Amino acid sequence: MPKTIFEKIWDDHLVADLGDGSCLLHIDRVFLHERTGSIALSSMAEQGRRVKNPQQVFATMDHIVDTFPGRGDNTTMPGGKEFITLLRGEARRAGITLFDINDPRQGISHVISAEQGIALPGLTLVCPDSHTCTLGALGALAWGIGSSDCEHALVTETLRVVKPGQLGVRLEGRLAPGVTAKDVILQLTGKYTAAGASGCVLEFHGPGLGQLSVEARMTLCNMAVEFSAFSALIAPDETTLDYVAGRPYTPTGSAWDAAQDYWRTLHTDAGAVYDKELNLDLTQIEPSVTWGTSPQHTIGVCEQIPDPGAEADAITRNGMERALEYMDLKAGRAIASVPVDAAFIGSCTNSRLSDLRAAAKVLKGNKIAAGVKALCVPGSTQVKRAAEQEGLHEIFLEAGFEWREAGCSLCFYAGGEGFPVGARVITSTNRNFEGRQGPGVRSHLASPATVAASALKGYIADVRDFAAG
Amino acid sequence: MKPFGAYEGIAVPLLRNNIDTDAIIPSREMRQVSKKGLGTGLFAGWRYLNTDREARALNPDFVLNQPQYAAAGILLAGANFGCGSSREHAVWALLEYGFRAVIAPGFGSIFYHNAMRNGLLPIRLPEAAILNLCNADAARLTIDLHNTTVATATGLSYRFEIEPLYRDLLLQGMDAIDLTLQRQDAIEKFQARDRQQRSWAYLR
Ligand code: SF4
Repeated sequence: MPKTIFEKIWDDHLVADLGDGSCLLHIDRVFLHERTGSIALSSMAEQGRRVKNPQQVFATMDHIVDTFPGRGDNTTMPGGKEFITLLRGEARRAGITLFDINDPRQGISHVISAEQGIALPGLTLVCPDSHTCTLGALGALAWGIGSSDCEHALVTETLRVVKPGQLGVRLEGRLAPGVTAKDVILQLTGKYTAAGASGCVLEFHGPGLGQLSVEARMTLCNMAVEFSAFSALIAPDETTLDYVAGRPYTPTGSAWDAAQDYWRTLHTDAGAVYDKELNLDLTQIEPSVTWGTSPQHTIGVCEQIPDPGAEADAITRNGMERALEYMDLKAGRAIASVPVDAAFIGSCTNSRLSDLRAAAKVLKGNKIAAGVKALCVPGSTQVKRAAEQEGLHEIFLEAGFEWREAGCSLCFYAGGEGFPVGARVITSTNRNFEGRQGPGVRSHLASPATVAASALKGYIADVRDFAAG
Repeated sequence: MKPFGAYEGIAVPLLRNNIDTDAIIPSREMRQVSKKGLGTGLFAGWRYLNTDREARALNPDFVLNQPQYAAAGILLAGANFGCGSSREHAVWALLEYGFRAVIAPGFGSIFYHNAMRNGLLPIRLPEAAILNLCNADAARLTIDLHNTTVATATGLSYRFEIEPLYRDLLLQGMDAIDLTLQRQDAIEKFQARDRQQRSWAYLR
């Protein structure tokens, strides 16, 4: 019987059928960070439970650790040190590999699990963090879990999972210049709402994928959770195999050969069926930006902010009105030209080398607008060093950006460093929720190139106005 | 985990779509490695007029601060409740505040699972049904998990769907890890076979 890639991976990890659509699935890798990993490990310790197989478990410091140069265990976030020392202590006790603050492999969990070859096609990987779906770009079945499930995975190497439905998203056509994977996922969420993939694992497929690098695919899959998907998947192809080859935890020798043979079978068979299907014509997509407080509040950069009055559903209309009020914007206003106070390039969505290159291309030889606070935070120490080797840091610094150590940084407000109350931020992150980047902070999601262009102009700008875009 | 059988309590309407876990418990309210002390941070961005944790000023317009809902134990919400961050703190905060159930047209998938694992019952009902429940002012609702119904004192009653696996866990208040450990043999058998077939997937 023809199967989807999801069904293949699911079936190959099936330990037991628990009935009524629930299964006990084998979990191949667990990734932890100091914010949520600390609590899962300490809760286990309280109950006298052990990590069953520490060789398959990895941890890093990304969420709470500062990104200022010269950082250590002390954090701007009050109480942050407790998370760091607790994770370190528990990881040591359990025998888990930790990419600690000064480790050259340190970085945002979802960036480094790919970089290190910990996430691989066909594996199941979980992390107590919702953006674990990023790794679906490699063809891994990877999803975010809560703390209780994290303990479950660490103790038993399995999870109890209700089998999700399947949504196929077929991508067709070529992206226009200046348009990126970020714009694609924003538009998808905008068009079908933030609940659009509810209850489903999403597979991106179709001829439009070939033009996307693995890093771009990670951007696409990263925001599947903003589209309410259980996770996202992209079948591995030669681009994926090239990416995976030679990474520190990638199999070698005969194991590599066996893995490759298996990975080449990991595609959706002709005739396999999804529960739902969508088509997206990539040629129609513009550089995009959000205007409100949900990723579904997406418009093209040349468009106007929509009118809640035109919305029939009362709850949706109310939500739009609340969003406009929070964002201090009016319906009908052109989004391009809205002034920004800050610009942020970073996060597990858009902090890899290709993202920094795209932004640097726009910034090169230019200066950001007066009064704009701008930050570039590489996704990993490895990305940071590679960027420095190419001289990208100089372009950012000369343009007026801060150049930080790797981590999540101001993708979210932990209670320490933050943007000023009410600041308007153009940001390459994934969540524009109320207060996400600080109390009263107004976040506009966009691609790194759009963030760079907007930082230069001092207002939300169309990257296509820059020759380099 | 506390078993969940039947529950009767006051339902408070917070009819917004896409209430994310950052809104339920902002990151800045999660300052300790602990599952406790989160109740006061619940909906902090909406519930308080300021961000000063030492001197909170209640926002009188926010529905949870209205006296008739002071003892609310059931939350009525819009679509996609609990979307966003995986933080289980959202569930711990709702429970510590005093909620035992959330009724919404749909839930973020990680939140839904987290809720089940902690004995907070997430109930899916169509938006129209939720609007009817809201119209009964400061309604006392009765939730019966055995029969999977939500009912008002005035005779309105809705049946909801719940995965039987989750229902049984909730009814018995069982720990999923203990249950899974009973299947240790099956797990080891699987791994022995899997290590042959996918040796590349194992790091040891
Ligand atoms: S970069 Fe942002 S979204 Fe990504 S893991 Fe860190 S905090 Fe979460």
